[in-house]
Amino acid sequence: MSAPAIEILGLTKDYPVGFWRPKMRRSLDNLSFEVREGEVFGFLGPNGAGKTTTMKLLMGLIFPTSGTARIRGRSIDDIGMHTEIGYLPEQPYFYDYLTARELLNYYAQFSNYSASERRERVEKNLERVGLSAAGDVQLRNFSKGMLQRVGIAQAILHDPPVVILDEPMSGLDPVGRREVRDIILDLRKQGRTVFFSTHILSDAEMLCDRVAVLASGKLQGVGAPREVVTLQAQAMEILIETREGRALPAALAGQSTRIGPRTRITVPEQQLYSVLEELRGCEARILSVSPVHPTLEDYFFTLVGGSAPQRGLEEISR
Amino acid sequence: MISPSQERALWTAVVGVPLLFAAIAALQIKIDAGAQAYHGEDEQLLLRSASAVRRMSFGYDALAADFYWTRTVQYYGSHAGIPGAKFDQLWPLLDITTTLDPKLIVAYRFGAVFLSEPPPAGAERTDLAVQLVKRGMAENPENWYLPSDLGFLYYWRLKDYRAASEAYLAGSKIPGAPSWMRIMAALVAQRGGSLETSRMIWTEIYNSTQDKTVRQRAITTVRGLRALEDEQQLDALAQEYRTRMGHFPASSNDLHDAGLVRGIPVDPDGFPYIFGTDGKSQLDPRSSVTISPGLQLPSDAAQ
Amino acid sequence: MSATIGPVAVNTFREAVRDRVLYNLVLFALLMIGAAILVGQVSIGIEQLVIVNLGLTAISLFGLVMSIFIGVGLVYKEIERRTLYSLLAKPIHRWQFLVGKYAGLLLTLGVNTAFMTLGLAAAFFFVGGRVARADVSILVAIYFILLEFALVTALALFFSCFSSPMLSTLFTLGIYITGVFANDIHEVGEFTQNAAVLWLTRAIYFVIPNFHNLNAIAAAGHKEAIPLSLIWQNTLYAVLYATLLLIAAAAVFSRRNLK
Repeated sequence: MSAPAIEILGLTKDYPVGFWRPKMRRSLDNLSFEVREGEVFGFLGPNGAGKTTTMKLLMGLIFPTSGTARIRGRSIDDIGMHTEIGYLPEQPYFYDYLTARELLNYYAQFSNYSASERRERVEKNLERVGLSAAGDVQLRNFSKGMLQRVGIAQAILHDPPVVILDEPMSGLDPVGRREVRDIILDLRKQGRTVFFSTHILSDAEMLCDRVAVLASGKLQGVGAPREVVTLQAQAMEILIETREGRALPAALAGQSTRIGPRTRITVPEQQLYSVLEELRGCEARILSVSPVHPTLEDYFFTLVGGSAPQRGLEEISR
Repeated sequence: MISPSQERALWTAVVGVPLLFAAIAALQIKIDAGAQAYHGEDEQLLLRSASAVRRMSFGYDALAADFYWTRTVQYYGSHAGIPGAKFDQLWPLLDITTTLDPKLIVAYRFGAVFLSEPPPAGAERTDLAVQLVKRGMAENPENWYLPSDLGFLYYWRLKDYRAASEAYLAGSKIPGAPSWMRIMAALVAQRGGSLETSRMIWTEIYNSTQDKTVRQRAITTVRGLRALEDEQQLDALAQEYRTRMGHFPASSNDLHDAGLVRGIPVDPDGFPYIFGTDGKSQLDPRSSVTISPGLQLPSDAAQ
Repeated sequence: MSATIGPVAVNTFREAVRDRVLYNLVLFALLMIGAAILVGQVSIGIEQLVIVNLGLTAISLFGLVMSIFIGVGLVYKEIERRTLYSLLAKPIHRWQFLVGKYAGLLLTLGVNTAFMTLGLAAAFFFVGGRVARADVSILVAIYFILLEFALVTALALFFSCFSSPMLSTLFTLGIYITGVFANDIHEVGEFTQNAAVLWLTRAIYFVIPNFHNLNAIAAAGHKEAIPLSLIWQNTLYAVLYATLLLIAAAAVFSRRNLK
């Protein structure tokens, strides 16, 4: 077993809060886990859990109150270690007066490439993230999704063995998200280690060998996605349009929500086929049937003993 | 394509902005006219104290000095020649200028002439002129114009011939000083005030400066001295004339006709002198030569 | 080392250019043109002196404004806009980043000053100036102005590491003005009877950078020779002081938690 790609050893971070007599707020509490070489590792947790704090600590942007970490055996205090990592910050901002090409070229200058090799890599990576056509546009004119893609490009341009991405899918449309997923899988095929954070469980499930779950600064669990998040799809959601004059059976009406011409019915998985039969009986038009995936918010609610919150209309489009 | 509201905005600007500017300009003129009443002379100066000005310049003393020198010149130009003009601001302006830039020679030289000159051409404060020139000499020991200006002040204004001679002598020792300064030192020591010497001094002032105002004053003074000298001689000749003819002559032409002089005595501007009923010669009113108030022949020429 | 500092410096220069900072040269050009044309009408006999004084003063003032206003944002802006995050992920030390930003702003100022010097020379010849050996003092004065920029930029950079642009501007400007009057403050102290005042003024005199000694505008105007020893001493002074400030900045910045 080779040395772990990333070792996090008891990282703790306290922040002073308040101006006159600052109190210390612990945003990360004795975090320890490992990321193995070559694996795609997901870092999960709701917003504010401390994922970004952890990544900033790894990158040396902030300093731990106690604890340390190592990447490929080198301490996070060692600046030389940065040659082996690529980093995409959360909500990246780049010099808006540069073009995409210029930005990549600028960052590439911190690795020792010849001018031609640099040019080559810049072009290759622009293409890889689908920005070749926009290479000479100033970044101030880039959409959020385009900025995200430039960010990924600069993180992988120097082919680092360890790639650290903070919320790489955020701000991307479904096409973009698929592209990022493909890039991550591609990196994995190349034998690189990918450590990325997200709060979308389905992405983690699809890509990761293992995940760590963080909540309120504390590690909740580490393991394969299915091991850690035991909530399966337990419910199914049916979207229908009722016909004029034909009402829903009373029993079903209790479990349904009506929005304009459409009705949404949530049923346990076991009852799916019987409910469909009933709907056939009242000649309702079936628009869609899809599993209800628990979000991490649901997961954390059950963790702390509450029940899953009501889901709003917007989540249908998920 | 621009939208209707954009077009409206554009037209409003094109028409409105020039109109408003015109109105503002007209109003400005009106305000200026009304404000003349309560704008005192002190407006010229902004700040009276040299050290205060230095502090306000934040280290950019040299440029501030140029600014104050320009104001000095403009101040003098706007007051010179006006009867009853007082030059109260001249000394403070020169004081500030030379404090900000102690090496601004032109300012010392200007002050030497016009601080000491009697009105309406100057402030008639020879004491301040001497103070200024001495300060200039202390700050610029290698400059020989300034000792010659000091000599001029002692000789011409204060009639202190010993001090004048000393000044010229000290100046003549500075490397590069012209030989006439040594000669001047000796002349003044020997003979005190003389017309010859006076003419020499003013001529050297003329030659040593590019300043048009100072040069003009030098010309005026030298011509005035010539006229005074001529008048002295002509007065004597007029007496002769009356003895012979029984009445005073009307102009220098008459003297020529009477055979008392060979040519026709004319002033430096080419006009024949005329005589008053008391037999005293005067300049023709059409002549550009002027005898400044207070201009006198040096003592020895009275013989 | 230059592999990291160099790119940062060049990028800082590029940012200044793209922010149209160099357009101040247009204003300077207009100023010199206006002055060259007007000066003959107004000041008697000292046209070249006025052009030199005005030109050098403008070079100094324009550059100071640039040093301060860009300088106080050098680090602050990168933190606020989070552009620093991806940069520090590269193998670059924080102090190298600081030196790179500093060098970039100095480069901008140097280029700006070079163009202004050309403008000054043009105006100078226009009013009838002729090049004489003594005019090298004008170049020395410009060199001293560059040393001034080096110090002010270092000050601004230092403050930029931990305080907001407004406060940094106030501090930097305050120190600069005090430094201009350093000699006066020293003199006041030497004349006073009060021991506390004496020690206070002495402390101020030695701690605050002395900008008075770096002002050779008057000497340049009067074509006075500036002794070589003074040139060396001023250079050394500026280098030492700027180094001090950069070291302090690096120390402050090295343990700063970025938001």
